[in-house]
Amino acid sequence: MKRIVAALAFGLGATLLAGAAQAQGTLNSIKQKGYISCGSNPGLAGFGVPDAQGRWTGLDVDFCRALSAAIFNDVTKVRFIPLSAKDRFTALQSGEVDLLSRNTTWSMSRDTTLGLDFPAVNFYDGQGFMVKKKLGVTSAKQLDGASVCTQQGTTTELNLADYFRANKMKYEVVAFASADETFKAYDSGRCDAFTTDASGLYAERLRASAPDDNIVLPEIISKEPLAPAVRQGDAQWADIVRWTHYAMLNAEEAGITQANVDQMAKSTDNPDIKRILGTEGKYGADLGLTSDWAYRIIKLVGNYGEVFERNVGQGSPLKIQRGLNALWSKGGLQYGPPIR
Amino acid sequence: MTAGSQPLPLAFVRREAVPASPPPSLVSGPLAWLRQNLFSSPANAVMTLAALAVIALVVPPLLRFLVLDAVWTGQNRDACRPEVVGRPVGACWAFVANKINYFIYGSYPIEERWRPNVFFALMAFGVGWLLWLDAPRRAWGALYFFVVFPLVSYGLLAGVPALGLPSVPTALWGGMLVTLIVSLVGIVASLPLGILLALGRRSRLPIVRLFCVIFIEFWRGVPLITVLFMANVMLPLFLPGDVTVDRLARPLVGIALFSAAYMAEVVRGGLQAIPRGQTEGAMSLGLSPWHRMRLIILPQALRIVIPGIVNSFIALFKDTSLVSIVGIFDFIRTIESARVDPAWAAPTVVMTGYAFAALFYFVFCFGMSRYARFMERRLAAGQTR
Repeated sequence: MKRIVAALAFGLGATLLAGAAQAQGTLNSIKQKGYISCGSNPGLAGFGVPDAQGRWTGLDVDFCRALSAAIFNDVTKVRFIPLSAKDRFTALQSGEVDLLSRNTTWSMSRDTTLGLDFPAVNFYDGQGFMVKKKLGVTSAKQLDGASVCTQQGTTTELNLADYFRANKMKYEVVAFASADETFKAYDSGRCDAFTTDASGLYAERLRASAPDDNIVLPEIISKEPLAPAVRQGDAQWADIVRWTHYAMLNAEEAGITQANVDQMAKSTDNPDIKRILGTEGKYGADLGLTSDWAYRIIKLVGNYGEVFERNVGQGSPLKIQRGLNALWSKGGLQYGPPIR
Repeated sequence: MTAGSQPLPLAFVRREAVPASPPPSLVSGPLAWLRQNLFSSPANAVMTLAALAVIALVVPPLLRFLVLDAVWTGQNRDACRPEVVGRPVGACWAFVANKINYFIYGSYPIEERWRPNVFFALMAFGVGWLLWLDAPRRAWGALYFFVVFPLVSYGLLAGVPALGLPSVPTALWGGMLVTLIVSLVGIVASLPLGILLALGRRSRLPIVRLFCVIFIEFWRGVPLITVLFMANVMLPLFLPGDVTVDRLARPLVGIALFSAAYMAEVVRGGLQAIPRGQTEGAMSLGLSPWHRMRLIILPQALRIVIPGIVNSFIALFKDTSLVSIVGIFDFIRTIESARVDPAWAAPTVVMTGYAFAALFYFVFCFGMSRYARFMERRLAAGQTR
């Protein structure tokens, strides 16, 4: 019943908004109101957290700032609207937010039934395991017979069941209602292993009573491509979101950083870099932006590598490895199609 | 006695009173008090012992966690990590100290934070003026609190660019600032609205009565969380694309209407309790209906329902934390957001955050309830013997 109501609501929203979107694209409405409404996570380590003065930092937050930089040449024209996992899609559908940038897994059913588009994957996540070092386990394959702490009613629990069944291993689930409880139980020795998305494992490990006594196992047992989401039916806006991510990837690949972007813009002869920075060609204009759109992103926010390291990588307490999120040229999955 | 008669020889006349001997120890004194209050019957004794056992079980660990083992200063997570500090760590108050500005102002721009401060001061002034019963010119105080203060605060917090106050979008407001605004608006709007609705529900005019009944039953029949969800997530679906209502204003209106419906029923309870003779007596004095209500009925009815009204206020104050679910950064939400900060990842940070929240809500709710007790006693002065 709930689903039917939700579906009806989405359908209604989609119809109403299709009209609104045709009359006036998202980009125009953003320019008109003067800011981007960014549906964000109310608090997720490395992806969106407030600092002591209430300024937001994080990978997903910086993505919205990058959009703001591209459109307004100013990173502050974003209003973050924190959304829970339950109401995020409704909020996007109803036009309350212009995009979701809150660690949303891109799955086929979400893409096809909710009237959404996922323009690009800005973080490849996946479910992993954490165990106590003293257990002497180095691979998830050795977890036969282990008790695993997990959160009730999540896909995490289902993935766990699939993995152990596929590998013909026995296990015991110890499930809890909230993420906090789950980790507390693991930390106090209630179970041998703790499972959630890998990015979450690193964040939780910091909270353990002895972080160094815990290790994250190398196996990733599910695909969780985290992507920003936009409403279906506004191709221009989806393009802007997509190419904002790709511009940051291309900048990293070309070695353009926040620090050297000015000098690069002036002195380089490399045609790739010239096209990215808008000193050659009018690629930004076709997006409805200025030709220096990517320059603004890199200057004000940084390239993908910088944003990654600053928020979740070596420059942050989380120290997440690049792994799947390395550039394709370094063995990862992040691949930015050429700007030309 | 005849003159000249010999006075009788008095063998012994006591000239001072005998010093009173102490009462038996089981009638007064600490032992008697214990016996009377704590051990008056076997059942009572068992309960006393059980209560003592619970206190002994709960209080020392709580004290150890909150005070003795607590960490008071520090710049980051290292301050609250047992293996770094080298001792068991209780509450991490350093975390609260570090984030306190975020808990108070949310993301309100740093250079503009004097404005919320002025707002807090204006509010304290207005509340003090109204609640201090012997304050001078309390009618002006009411005017200030219900008219001047809201207008000034709105201009102050949201900004008036014409007066050199840059505008601050409500999306940046947060923390205790938002919690206080939401509950203040709810409390201040719900009482007058509730009284009107309660009177309307008892009115003899069918349309007015029907409207009030429908209004009250509708808002009481819907969970607050649904109201908030409709206001903040679904409402944009029904409005034309270019019409937007402020995200903070929507739950404010929702909460005010919601609590007004509850208030109406509380007030109606008081009105029902006033005997018909009061109205008739007022009529016989020749008072107009308006005066009957204002001078005779309402003062008595409201005094009766003070516990109910305060109950609603306290419930409302705590219910404001529900706005966090629809993406308003109230006090609870700021704590929940701050506690995931990896720079402060330590085992006890989460509990410390919630302990701080509990303290904040307790201070306010307890304050309200004490003030209400005082009001009740004062207003009931005519009934005590």
